[in-house]
Amino acid sequence: MSKNKTKKFEAGQILIPLIALILLALINLIVDPSFFKITPVVNNSGNTVLSGYLITILDYGSELGILAIGMTLVTAASGGQDISVGATIAIAGSAMLKIICGGVSRPTEVKNYVVTVIVAFVVACIVGMLCGAFNGTLVAVFKIQPMIATLILFTAGRSIAAWINNNELPIVPDPRFAYFGGFIPGIPIPTTVFIVAICIVIIALVLKFTNLGLYTQAVGINEKSSKLNGINPTFIKFLSFVILGLCVAVAALIKVSRLSTINYSVIAKDIEMDAILAVALGGNALSGGKFNMWSSILGAYVIQFLTTTLYKFHVQSDALAAYKAVVVIILVVFSAPTVREFFKKLFSFKKKPAQKGVA
Amino acid sequence: MDEKRVLEMRGIYKIFPAVKALQNVDFSLNKGEIHALMGENGAGKSTLIKVLTGVYEKDGGTIELQGEGMVNIHSPQDAQKLGISTVYQEITLCPNLTVAENMFIGRGKGLITNWKQMNAEADKLLKMLDIPASATQQLGSCSIAVQQMVAIARAVDMDCKVLILDEPTSSLDEQEVEKLFGLMRDLKEMGVGIIFVTHFLDQVYEVCDKITVLRDGQLVGEYDIADLPRVQLVAKMLGKEMDDLSDIKGEEGSYQGEDADKKIFEATGLQSDAGIHPFDFYIKKGEVNGFTGLLGSGRSECVRAIFGADKVLGGTVKMKGKEIKINKPLDAMKNGIAYLPEDRKVDGIIGDLSVRDNIIMALQVLTGFWKPFSKAKANAFADEYIKKLNIKTASADTPIKSLSGGNQQKVILARWLLMHPEYLILDEPTRGIDVGTKVDIQKLVLELAKEGMSVTFISSETDEMLRTCSRLIVMRDRKVVGELSGEDLTQNKIMSTIAGESAV
Repeated sequence: MSKNKTKKFEAGQILIPLIALILLALINLIVDPSFFKITPVVNNSGNTVLSGYLITILDYGSELGILAIGMTLVTAASGGQDISVGATIAIAGSAMLKIICGGVSRPTEVKNYVVTVIVAFVVACIVGMLCGAFNGTLVAVFKIQPMIATLILFTAGRSIAAWINNNELPIVPDPRFAYFGGFIPGIPIPTTVFIVAICIVIIALVLKFTNLGLYTQAVGINEKSSKLNGINPTFIKFLSFVILGLCVAVAALIKVSRLSTINYSVIAKDIEMDAILAVALGGNALSGGKFNMWSSILGAYVIQFLTTTLYKFHVQSDALAAYKAVVVIILVVFSAPTVREFFKKLFSFKKKPAQKGVA
Repeated sequence: MDEKRVLEMRGIYKIFPAVKALQNVDFSLNKGEIHALMGENGAGKSTLIKVLTGVYEKDGGTIELQGEGMVNIHSPQDAQKLGISTVYQEITLCPNLTVAENMFIGRGKGLITNWKQMNAEADKLLKMLDIPASATQQLGSCSIAVQQMVAIARAVDMDCKVLILDEPTSSLDEQEVEKLFGLMRDLKEMGVGIIFVTHFLDQVYEVCDKITVLRDGQLVGEYDIADLPRVQLVAKMLGKEMDDLSDIKGEEGSYQGEDADKKIFEATGLQSDAGIHPFDFYIKKGEVNGFTGLLGSGRSECVRAIFGADKVLGGTVKMKGKEIKINKPLDAMKNGIAYLPEDRKVDGIIGDLSVRDNIIMALQVLTGFWKPFSKAKANAFADEYIKKLNIKTASADTPIKSLSGGNQQKVILARWLLMHPEYLILDEPTRGIDVGTKVDIQKLVLELAKEGMSVTFISSETDEMLRTCSRLIVMRDRKVVGELSGEDLTQNKIMSTIAGESAV
């Protein structure tokens, strides 16, 4: 580490996931430069699409990137995390399938495909937001710790998802449904990349043209004070959970589309932990308050980068979690405030940080 | 070194990149002496204390301790080992442990604690120091003053030669302060040297033997208490001759508009869930009035009810003659009422946010969720008020929590002034801040009133209220018990009304 880097640490928290990303890229570059190769190939449906590890990361990091948006807001406003997102993806996905397949487990066709899918997606959004509203009410109104409050849907969510379709696994017969989680014919870039881009643009516009960011941070930092400034902390917390619910619905669309069906017990399994990790990797305090949205989203892709890298090194999928944990420990420890403080001191003993000697 | 000396600091330098913290400061403390360290916010008091306790490393100068010779203090642990103990403004003990546990925590030898012996020792010490607490009592159940005394007892038991009390009295009421002073005098008898940091001038003259004054990181001088009358002390702290404080009311004059007699705000039978009796209240345009009474008499609860900060249970409220509903702070803000809360840290600042965001907060909320200010506009607002109120901050981007208390208070004040309220409520705006800023705030209040703003001003320091308010509402036991104005506005009259003797 150089003096330069110490300075960067101060410059912005987005450097934390950025440095992690660069490190991961460097390791891959040294071990096997072909990691970065992107080649056009013809896929099963006969389309020419781009293929390569980087494309895989961009594609499969999408759900996580979208969830990171909502999780960042929930973390900032409530000072806690939603651990039910995986289960609520199952619920929203199940509801979506129910509409598309009309309650039949093996339909031969989807009537009025476009309208049906739009309706199904809207229903999924409503279901996702209802789940968020449920969590949000428990947290904001009844002041239950977020992790405990969301434990309810975490536990019950997958059962509810199965119950919606009578425990059957409907399969969407229309090949066009696979476009969301795959490729649209003629476009060589995964559709998920566009979906994420749209989500990012929307949240960027929301943060720019509303006070969501300011209010959320104010509530997370000092609830009492924000209340005396006319903000309604209960509503802001509630809102953050509802927004996360919307993110869940979008993630569910991608997840279900990838398979054209659903597996209640496996879909989006453990994704909540990765989403929380993305927020932490982004340098955001899990105790709430100030946040950097872009840093969280980047954090999500760092996690996917890591996962893909490990797969490439032929790490067994069972062992993946353990490897990931080791890397995560290193990343999180290095981004911890105390360690950063330590490095700051270590590399700038001559130029002391600008503490103020105010009496 | 003189035999009586316990501590001698010579030529202390401490340099931060942006701030000149300490330049060539001397400080000495004798055995059995209570020595006040005075100065405005930013004068270097805290820095000097932090150098002495090892929180900061000094950049120059020497520290000599009795019996130890020249010492280098690198950490608070070093300082403690050398017999330098500090009791801070905020209690740093654990309220859910017992008094004895708090006194001996972290000092046990080995893993095994002899509870009986520990409690006995603690009781002995408490008795010796005349502290009204028992060893096995939960600390949280003691009053703040007793908790502070326990913190002092802990320090004393660690064989301290130098005891630093950093603003110990700011959250205590008068009786509690007296108890604390009793303890300080006992310790003085025992030969402990005490460094006393406070903003309350009265208290300095009550217990201290000597005063050292700092200004802008430099030593102004060391004085015997008898040689330095109050006015001169203030003058030395400010670095200029003080215009007589009591005159500021006369200077400003009062609001002269046609509508000077119109009631801006009026409440009848207002009641909140904070346990105050229903009360009536009004304020005229351009008037400065105040609630007075002992701590806990319901002063703050009244203004909180006006602002809708507590849940309003009943009563009617009129703004400029029109009946309105105030159920939450936003309702009050929409009607042009602003409220600077009593507890700056808990209710006022949003610590991690920048000075700019803290300033624009109220107006931004009032403007609406869908209409955020542009960066340029927010900056312009912030810069305007940083300049106007002379807020000392590195930049508008600095997090507010890194500012000194007085400057934090100015930021909160800026927040509400930016809203251009018709009625401004200031609850203890001068608590815990330096004399200079106190005067600034009082002057500002009178200026605003002259321009036609109505202000309710609450302060624990009666003379401040006498200086600024033209009408005082007196409270006792959560009830309004009297109203004073004109000739009746005297210290004595207030006292007797509070005490309930010979009602007005």
